[in-house]
Amino acid sequence: MPEETTRVVVAKVGLDGHDRGAKIIARALRDAGMEVIYTGLHQTPDQIVETTIQEDANAIGVSILSGAHMTLVPRIIELLEENDAGDVVVFVGGTIPKDDIDKLKEAGVGEVFTPGTPTKKAVEYVQEAVSAS
Amino acid sequence: MNGNELTERLLSGDRRALARVISKIEDEDPQTPDIISELYQHTGAALSVGFTGPPGAGKSSIIAKLIELFREEDKKVGVVSVDPSSPFTKGAILGDRIRLVDHFLDKNVFIRSMGNRGHLGGLAGGSRLAGLAMEAYGTDVVIYETMGVGQGEVEVASAADTVVLCLQPGAGDAVQALKAGVMEIADIFCINKSDHPQANEAKAEVRSTLEIGHELDPDAPMPSIIMTRGDTGEGIEELKEKIEEHRASLEKSGELEKRQRASQREFVVSWAANKMQNKVQERLQRGDTKIMERVYKRELDPISASEKIFEEI
Repeated sequence: MPEETTRVVVAKVGLDGHDRGAKIIARALRDAGMEVIYTGLHQTPDQIVETTIQEDANAIGVSILSGAHMTLVPRIIELLEENDAGDVVVFVGGTIPKDDIDKLKEAGVGEVFTPGTPTKKAVEYVQEAVSAS
Repeated sequence: MNGNELTERLLSGDRRALARVISKIEDEDPQTPDIISELYQHTGAALSVGFTGPPGAGKSSIIAKLIELFREEDKKVGVVSVDPSSPFTKGAILGDRIRLVDHFLDKNVFIRSMGNRGHLGGLAGGSRLAGLAMEAYGTDVVIYETMGVGQGEVEVASAADTVVLCLQPGAGDAVQALKAGVMEIADIFCINKSDHPQANEAKAEVRSTLEIGHELDPDAPMPSIIMTRGDTGEGIEELKEKIEEHRASLEKSGELEKRQRASQREFVVSWAANKMQNKVQERLQRGDTKIMERVYKRELDPISASEKIFEEI
């Protein structure tokens, strides 16, 4: 009996075009045996949440370098809750100032990974958070 | 949520329930057979189209434009899109959505990406059941997109009533190489990237290959060849017309029923065979390796061993 496969949406939100980080994390999650739904650049919170619902994903990895994280990320969490999908794990990767990290976590983000984080750490986090949720 | 409640919600058009059901299908959840038996009677009317072809030919882009046209007619569309899973880690990067982004917020378009999870044939093991679930949910059109295929992946032909083979110019002798297998299942040929300098050449190549087939079997209908551009949408209207014409001609000739019967039969056989295979695996894992030891030592040949196991289960 095959077990449940972890499915993760990896998305670039908002108006920045730097997707190397997102691609690296997508690849690392794949190599850890997960199915990664990669949706490309310039996604809105609505698009990300709708994708997550249709794909029945367990987690969302949001990559953001534009500085708009305090608007966009909480909106994703709000929309997940509105859609009765509050159990989806949300983690963020990008250039997030220290003060904002706490605020994002308060808003419901599971973890924030800043530049230089080893991918292994992020992978382990997703594995643990998904199996706990 | 139990299976019954899920099924009811799916039938009432709840997209979250559909998403859950497809996951259960993919994970081979024990509830799946019951769910399918509830849904099955609500299926059979949708237009089903399969898109196949080598990687990078533009399948997803064409599908994105085609969805637009179906949406203009207010048709509800489901897409099952398959990408390869890693044979080593079982992980996958499913990227077909990148081209379908215009339809993300349309509640009448449901897109599901699937990793093939080791299933051969171009689709995932659960793709056809996912298509059925989409139909029961209320989609008028179900589109199957295979992963990039080579020559032998023809399963899409039994999943979909109409198969479109997408090719791209500049592949040269690749068309020649595709003569058998995937070339034979296509009802419509689509030469994408028609602005490419070698597009007409590619069309001529496909045509000449098809003409040889036609000469040998003049009764079989000659597939159409459409030139398209996935980026601008050029030719997609013609493609849609041909898809609908093909479906109508299948209905008229009685071929549709014949095809669907053959495909259902094939599905039943493959499901049963799969189950049997799992049983054999289980049997071999369940401690008793004596029989395999005898094979390793060349005391018993592999065919006799399999006959023995087959009788036991």
